[in-house]
Amino acid sequence: MSKTLRIGSGAAWWGDRVEPAALNAERGELDYLCFETMAEATVSAAQVRARRDPSFPGYDTYLDDRMRAVLPACMRNGTRIVSNQGWINPVAAAKRIVELLQEIGVTGVKVAAVSGSLITDRVLELTDTILENGQPTHTLKPTLISAEAYLGAEPIVEALRAGARIVVTGRVADPSIFMAPMMYEFGWDPLDHARVGAGNGIGHLLECGAQVTGGYFSDPGFKDVPEPWNFAFPIAEVEANGDVVITKVAGSGGAVTLQTVKEQMLYEVHDPANYLTPDAVVDFTSAKLEQLGPDRVRVTGLGGKPRTPTLKVSIGCTEGFIGEDMFFYAGPGALRRAQLAKKVLEERFKIVKLDAEDMRVDFLGINAIHGDATPADAPEPYEIAVRVAARTKTREEAAKVGREVDGMAVSGIAHTGKRVPHQERTREVIGVWSSLVPREQVPASIQYFES
Amino acid sequence: MKVLLQHVAHARSGDKGNTSNISVFAYEPEFYDLLREQLTAERFKAFYRGAITGEVLRYEARNIDAMNFVCHGALGGGVSRSLCLDNYGKALSAAVLGFEIEVPDALAPKLHGQHLL
Repeated sequence: MSKTLRIGSGAAWWGDRVEPAALNAERGELDYLCFETMAEATVSAAQVRARRDPSFPGYDTYLDDRMRAVLPACMRNGTRIVSNQGWINPVAAAKRIVELLQEIGVTGVKVAAVSGSLITDRVLELTDTILENGQPTHTLKPTLISAEAYLGAEPIVEALRAGARIVVTGRVADPSIFMAPMMYEFGWDPLDHARVGAGNGIGHLLECGAQVTGGYFSDPGFKDVPEPWNFAFPIAEVEANGDVVITKVAGSGGAVTLQTVKEQMLYEVHDPANYLTPDAVVDFTSAKLEQLGPDRVRVTGLGGKPRTPTLKVSIGCTEGFIGEDMFFYAGPGALRRAQLAKKVLEERFKIVKLDAEDMRVDFLGINAIHGDATPADAPEPYEIAVRVAARTKTREEAAKVGREVDGMAVSGIAHTGKRVPHQERTREVIGVWSSLVPREQVPASIQYFES
Repeated sequence: MKVLLQHVAHARSGDKGNTSNISVFAYEPEFYDLLREQLTAERFKAFYRGAITGEVLRYEARNIDAMNFVCHGALGGGVSRSLCLDNYGKALSAAVLGFEIEVPDALAPKLHGQHLL
């Protein structure tokens, strides 16, 4: 097949902007528009919410916004959609998309829901060891909320082959969402690791959206891009052999340069020669990059190696609570007052017997972000926020943090600034652990709906 | 001449569990060997002091003028458990831009951010 496939990004995470998705749908001349909306703890957080709030349907809370923004243009232009907005309920997401299609008068469109990634009920039998600490996974039994395997591209390909124009999934590995259309359109064999690996390398370049088109990049005087308030999400022009040009809609802000592509190539990657995905192992160290013209970077030579026999599993567990709050100092002597405030808090926590697993007091403006990596000779700023956080077993303990910051108002020290009313000061911690499961133990299931 | 790394390289950090990968990219191919020789895994870890509690592994990707530092124990126990305001460590990559690196005078015209030299 000599055709070039145009695949665009519609989201890189749950909170991502919607307008660049609409721009890609309207003006990207896309064959496929793909959405990635999940973080590591998304599934567990959704499970917790579903338990508390029976009206929560279990899919991306921005599903309506995103689909309303892109469905008219996608249906008009013949652009298919692949999205992991199904979270813990892909079937409900598919049914909702059918309703949204009907709202705009589009009938006869097949929507597929890919389920099967959720393995909470059998994860302790299917997995042995927690990758992070070597402990048996059954030690997580008392605190287990949810477990999901990272599926690959194959079930999406099956749905496309069955005629689905929109495929909505639960957990699928991020690059696979973008690679599945390549596998389907070019007829790549799932075991053709050279092409599938290159495809998932391209998927990796797309999965973080604007991070390859100028987002998370600008540094004035060193790395400038035009209009950093007006980014487009990327478009990949993919060839059947796995070569690609990364580009974006003309007239948008940002840039696609060798630098933006390089930075994204290693984002969240460990060994660049062995980037594990469910479909293949990607080798980025053989890639060649070439700037063809403005906002056009050609990537060739992405390598692939055979896939592993296992899939990654994420296991979410309840792990207590975090309490946090902050207050402020400014002017001459801000730092000396902040230092006394820190001492006051530490003594107060002893008096109220705060039972914390971990606690820190930061001086925002000095060391809150880089912590111990802050240079010893960092200059004293004019304003400082004192920010305190503690991780505890119970919400009652976590609440002590905010209650002691309350005390800093009239029982604190001179010139203490506070925000009253305060924001929410306690939150639940969902710890995420990883393990491996034999891939044949996690079959996907696909259901079809029609508008 | 000694300059801050920001004149020689750009950087980006990403998260996986309690591990941050901080990748460093030479602005010019001629700078790559300077990074390779001077920004070792040991020095990298020492530069971040207590902000990285575990092992640092360095991978090379010469094809894109990059070195990738995989920093275990850099995210306060993991993104969801971390007490750091920047719990994903997305600002963590900026610290290494302050690393001091020796550059031959002949390469001075190629340094980026000349206005700050």
